[in-house]
Amino acid sequence: MHSPYTVPAIIVVTLATVMIGAYGLRLARTTSDFLVASRLVSPRWNAAAIGGEYLSAASFLGVAGLILKFGVDVLWYPVGFAAGYLALLLFVAAPLRRSGAFTLPDFCELRLGSRRLRKLATAFVVFIGWLYLVPQLQGSGLTLITVTGGSYLLGVLLVGVLVTASVALGGMRSITFVQAFQFWLKLTALAVPALFLVIHWQSDGRRPVTPADGMVFTHQTTVHFDQSAKLVFPDKTVVAHPNEDITFPAGTPVPKVEAVHANDGAGWLLPGQRGLFATYSLILATFLGTMGLPHVLVRFYTNPDGSAARRTTLVVLALVGMFYLFPTMYGVLGRIYTPQLLLTGRTDAVVLTLPSAALGGGIVGELCAALVAAGAFAAFLSSSSGLLTSVAGVLSTDVLGRGSVRDFRIATVVAGMVPIVLALNVSGLDVSQVVGLAFAVAASSFCPLLVLGIWWRGLTDIGAAAGILVGGGAAIGAVLLTVLKVPLPAWANVLIGQPAAWTVPLAFTVMVLVSRATRSRLPAALGSIMLRLHAPDALRALTYR
Amino acid sequence: MTTRVRVVLGEIARQRAASQELAEQSHLGDVLLRGLMRAQLALALRLALVVVIGLGGLPLLFAFAPPIGTVTVFGVNLPWLLLGVAAYPFLFGVGYAFVRLAEQNERDFTALVKRPER
Repeated sequence: MHSPYTVPAIIVVTLATVMIGAYGLRLARTTSDFLVASRLVSPRWNAAAIGGEYLSAASFLGVAGLILKFGVDVLWYPVGFAAGYLALLLFVAAPLRRSGAFTLPDFCELRLGSRRLRKLATAFVVFIGWLYLVPQLQGSGLTLITVTGGSYLLGVLLVGVLVTASVALGGMRSITFVQAFQFWLKLTALAVPALFLVIHWQSDGRRPVTPADGMVFTHQTTVHFDQSAKLVFPDKTVVAHPNEDITFPAGTPVPKVEAVHANDGAGWLLPGQRGLFATYSLILATFLGTMGLPHVLVRFYTNPDGSAARRTTLVVLALVGMFYLFPTMYGVLGRIYTPQLLLTGRTDAVVLTLPSAALGGGIVGELCAALVAAGAFAAFLSSSSGLLTSVAGVLSTDVLGRGSVRDFRIATVVAGMVPIVLALNVSGLDVSQVVGLAFAVAASSFCPLLVLGIWWRGLTDIGAAAGILVGGGAAIGAVLLTVLKVPLPAWANVLIGQPAAWTVPLAFTVMVLVSRATRSRLPAALGSIMLRLHAPDALRALTYR
Repeated sequence: MTTRVRVVLGEIARQRAASQELAEQSHLGDVLLRGLMRAQLALALRLALVVVIGLGGLPLLFAFAPPIGTVTVFGVNLPWLLLGVAAYPFLFGVGYAFVRLAEQNERDFTALVKRPER
């Protein structure tokens, strides 16, 4: 079922990325140009670039996969991914831009005047960046297996090396144009096939998503089982052996597989299957985590002033919201046309497999399959290059050198190597869950730092450091326990698997209490810092000297 | 062509003073800035509350009134419509209101600082 257009489509996306990058490269002259795109980027370009960078493998593939598996409850993922920009807009966007901070460590130093806090923030930026990069690279490996039959190793290396090279050579200027292009590519790649899929579903007699007498295969389907699996049919049980291919004729009921935790039947359609604690924890992590993601904040510096930062964020909210209408359609139609993914647990591949499964081997089906593959590839390229730029940015200014172009290039290579090696060695992580954990860490460390730093005069450097260490540290501990699959009692599983509901309040509380206890360490220039953050742009000439 | 301009020394003096109060963080300047920050934070918190109730209330609603999950509109269960479609224009609407009102606050503040009192 591999479309002949897939490989050419991926090559075109890659070439276009490299060429737009090269066009930007000619414009990049000085270090300042290189890192902040000279602040000449208009809000629309900037918003599309932010969207392009933000919509990663987790959004393009993972959301639809989760919906296929779990149903309405996981719609909180895309809603939260979009709502994060509203929180950013309400509490952070304009003051952060006015602060003049380029990265989170910069903000720490500007606001609280502490080099040590800066180092701590750098460590968290690098950790969050890498945590977010690994699933991107794994997603590219998965895509290459699914759409071309290539190997996982090749997919990881291809995307990893390509992204590292383009970031090292092009810097952010080129990345801005590349990212904006990638956003529209990703939107098109999901929207056009979705349109054909819906038309097909209409003409196919509007098959029910949750048929009363259980799901059936709509066409003859051959499933390859990597591991042995127990297939439970309504009337019998069949055991699939490792590396066995089983063919299900059209009309066969879809069996249940015990090892795959998926929702089936009517429960998939109804909310409340995951528990209130997990749901609210997820909401907190995604709503508050976005503002703490390093690659999101870097983009704000390319706005000319605070008002432009606000308008950019609003446009991002519109673009991202528009995008998230589509993964839901794939997840829902996947229930009808690709139920075999529920047997192998490879639900992350639903966006890639659905077009050819539903539309068949005709020209439309093949072109749509190639389009989604190209979009998925764009998702890895854009998110990982944005993440890599910000990780390399802080590494080059705070750890390896003093921020020259040469330092930045060396830092990029170092920053790119680590997640490539990790992605090659760690497997079996669920793309969206790891991304969700990265959000939880960001929400428990940088969100309180930004919100309190911007709105509360009483924050001190020690208070900020304590809050980041306790809240962020607890979230990182939860991530490690989850990733290493340490066995836990049932009550702890919920607290560790979705930690934000307790780590975010913990971080805020520690930050406030320790700041109050260390009141003598308030920065001396507090008044002028607050003036800089909050004075309207029209008054900058008067107030900011 | 020349235009006659009436120069009132008192106005100039006050205009200098208003912006300088702010720049030098005098007591008056500090009061002005705190006022702006309070207005902007109150605006952000009010709009955040709209989202906390409008979206954040949904899981509780679904948990305590399960029949809502089975209500269908245009053949689609209500929670799917609310979370899959309606949430996004809602979020954008709140963001749009914030941008308008926050910029209005800033314009008022700028006018207060720049324009001498009559």
